[in-house]
Amino acid sequence: MAGSGLPSTSNGYYRSLTRNMVLIILVVSVTPLILISGTIGYYFDVSYHAKVLEHLQVLIKKHKQNIDNFLNEKLADIGLLAKSYTFDQLTDEAFLKDRLTLLQEQYGRSFVDLGVVNDQGIQIAYAGPFRLKNADYSKAEWFTKAMHTEAYVSDVFHGLRGLPHFIVSSRQDYRGKKWILRATVDFEAFNSLVENIRIGSTGFAFILNKKGEFQTKPRFEVEAAKEPYVDFLKYDSTPLDDVVVLEKADDAGVEKIHVWSRLKNADWLLAYQQKASDAYAVLTQAQKLTIVIFLIGMGVIIIAAILLAKRLVRHIAKMETEKEMMNEQVIEAGKLASIGELAAGIAHEINNPVAVMVEEAGWIRDLLDEEDLKETANLEEFKRSLNQIQTQGHRCKQITHKLLSFARKTDPTIKLVQVNEVIEDVISLSQQRAMYASVKIETNLDPDLPKVEASPSELQQVFLNMINNSLDAMDSKGGTIEVISRVSGRFVVVDVADTGAGIPKSNLQRIFDPFFTTKPVGKGTGLGLSICYGIMTKMGGDLTVNSAVGLGTTFHIHIPVPALLNDGEILSKRV
Amino acid sequence: MSGNKSETGGRVKLLLVDDEEAYVSILSKRLAKRNFDVTTALSGTQGIQALRKDEFDAAVLDLKMQDMDGIEVLKIFKKMDPQMAVIMLTGHGSEQAAREGIQFGAFDYLTKPCELEDLVEKILQATHATRTAI
Repeated sequence: MAGSGLPSTSNGYYRSLTRNMVLIILVVSVTPLILISGTIGYYFDVSYHAKVLEHLQVLIKKHKQNIDNFLNEKLADIGLLAKSYTFDQLTDEAFLKDRLTLLQEQYGRSFVDLGVVNDQGIQIAYAGPFRLKNADYSKAEWFTKAMHTEAYVSDVFHGLRGLPHFIVSSRQDYRGKKWILRATVDFEAFNSLVENIRIGSTGFAFILNKKGEFQTKPRFEVEAAKEPYVDFLKYDSTPLDDVVVLEKADDAGVEKIHVWSRLKNADWLLAYQQKASDAYAVLTQAQKLTIVIFLIGMGVIIIAAILLAKRLVRHIAKMETEKEMMNEQVIEAGKLASIGELAAGIAHEINNPVAVMVEEAGWIRDLLDEEDLKETANLEEFKRSLNQIQTQGHRCKQITHKLLSFARKTDPTIKLVQVNEVIEDVISLSQQRAMYASVKIETNLDPDLPKVEASPSELQQVFLNMINNSLDAMDSKGGTIEVISRVSGRFVVVDVADTGAGIPKSNLQRIFDPFFTTKPVGKGTGLGLSICYGIMTKMGGDLTVNSAVGLGTTFHIHIPVPALLNDGEILSKRV
Repeated sequence: MSGNKSETGGRVKLLLVDDEEAYVSILSKRLAKRNFDVTTALSGTQGIQALRKDEFDAAVLDLKMQDMDGIEVLKIFKKMDPQMAVIMLTGHGSEQAAREGIQFGAFDYLTKPCELEDLVEKILQATHATRTAI
C-alpha cells in the first residue's frame, strides 16, 4: 500500500526525529516554567516562613507582657494593701474579709483568699473559703522565699488545700518583726491567660518554672526535659525581653516550631509550640495546588508536544514519501520516454525496408502485366503471392503507425475526434495482453456517436489506462471487459466494465488520489487514475466509478460534446 | 516557363529525392513505367545540384534525410524554382513537420510507405494545379 504509512526502513529515523522534537519542545517550554515557578516558590516559601515566625514572636512577646503585667498587678495590689493598713487592722479577720470582698469586686475571682502570716510561718489571720487560720507555713518553700524578698510570687503548687494555686505576698515590718500579707491567686484565672494562646490545631502555650514543672496546664502532653529551652531555664543566658524562635524536629522526626520567653524575672518560661506542618498549612496547601497545576500543565505540554511532533513528522514523512514516489515517477517517465524513442526509431527504420518491399512487389506486378509471364500457368499464384506481400506490408505499416502514435509525446492539441475510433485503436493495442490474460474484450459502440473536441492522445491515454486497470483487476481465470459508448445528455459516455475483483468501499473514496495504489511496490505508481481524472476534468468531463466487491467495477468516462456547433460547422472549423 | 518543363512531349518531369537508395530506385522504375520523366537524387545536396542543372514540374521529397533537414531542402527548392510543386514524404508521427512544410509552399504530403497510386494521383494534381495557375 504505497502512499499510506511510513516506509518501514526509515521508521527508526522518524521515531528518533519525533523523540528529538518532543524533547526540544519540552526543554524549551518546561525550563522557563520550572525556573519561574521554582524562583517564585522559593521566595514565597522563605518569606512566608519568616512571616509566620515573626507573627509568633510578636504574639508571644505580647502575651509575655500580659502575664508579667498580670503578676505585677497582683503584687502591686497586695503591696498596696499591706502598706495602706496597719498590722493590727489586717489581723482583724472581719476587716481582712472586707478587703478580700473589695478586691474580688475589683478584679473578679482571681483573688481566692487573703492571709497574714507572722515570722514563725503561722497564719494569724485568714479570709477566704478555706479554714486556714493558724495554718503552719514555716516549712513551706514559698514562705522561706517570701521572707527574703519584699514582694514575691510563688510557683504553682498544691499546698495544704490540694488544688493548684500560687501565692502573691508582701513582706512588712511591725515593731521589728517581719510579717507577710499573702493572697492566693486562682489558678484558673491565670491559666486562661496562657491557655487562650491557641493557633491552628496544634499550637499551644504553657509556663514552666525553673525545675521544669508546669505552671499552667498544657493543652497537649509535653516532655519539658526534652525540649530545646531546657537549658535556657537553667542558665540566664538570654536577656529578659528576648523572644527566641526555633524550628526543630523532635525524636519522632516531627518538625516543630518552638517560641519561648522568660517571665517573672526569669523564674518562669512562657513556651509556645506548634507543629510546623500546622503552622505552614496554608503554604503547604498553596504548594500542593501549585504542584497540581504544574503537573497538569506539564501533562498538557507533553501531550501537545507529542501530538505536535507526531503530526509534523507524519507530514514530513508524507512529503518524503511523495518525493520518493515523484522521483520514481520521474525515473519511470524517463524510462517510458526512452522506450518510446526507441520504439519510434525502430518503427521509422522498419518503414523504409517495408516501403521498398511493397514497391518491389508492385514492380513485379507491373512487369507481370506486360511480360510473357502472363502466359504462365502460375500467374494467379504469382498475383496472389504479390497481393499477400502487399497486404502484409500494409499490416506492418499499420503496426508501426500505431506504435508511433503511442510512443510519441502526448500531444495536447484539441481536434475533432470520433471516440469509437480511439476506442478501437486502444483495444487493438490491448488485445494481445488480454489474450494472454484470458480476458475477452467486448465492445458495444453507438455508431451515431457525435464527434467530440479533445486531444486524441489524451483520450487514448485515458482509455488505455482504464483497460489496463481492468486487466489488472482480473484474476488468473480471466473474465470479460465490456466497452460501451453511448450518448447521455450533452456527454459521450464510455463505460469500461470488468468482471474483476471489485474495489472495497474503503478504497473507493481514494482511488483518484495521487499515489494511492493497491498494487505491490514497484508495480504501480498510483498516478494513472489521478492523471486520467485530471485529464477528464480539465476537458470539462468527468470520471466516475461504480464497484461491487466480487462482481466487478465499471468506470464511466464522460466526454463533453460541443453543444453549439452542428456537424457542418465543426467540419469547416477543422480544415 | 512551363513550356520548358513540358519539352518531353507532355511527360511530367519529376525529381525524386530520398536517401534510401533501394526505395528511390524501385520507385523511379515504377514511376517511369507510368510515363514520368524521373530524375533521382540520394541526398538533399544532390537534389539541389539536380535542380541547378535542370527544371522540373514536381519534386517528391523525403523529409528525413541524413545530410539535410527536408524542410531546409524544401525552402531552397522553393527559392530556386517557386513554380515547382513539392510533395513531401514523411514517417508516421512527424506530420507536424509536414504541415510546417505546407506553410513553406509544399503542395501536400504523404506518409511512408505510401500507395503508389496515391502518389501518382498527388503528382498529377500538383502539376495540373501549377500548370493551370500559370
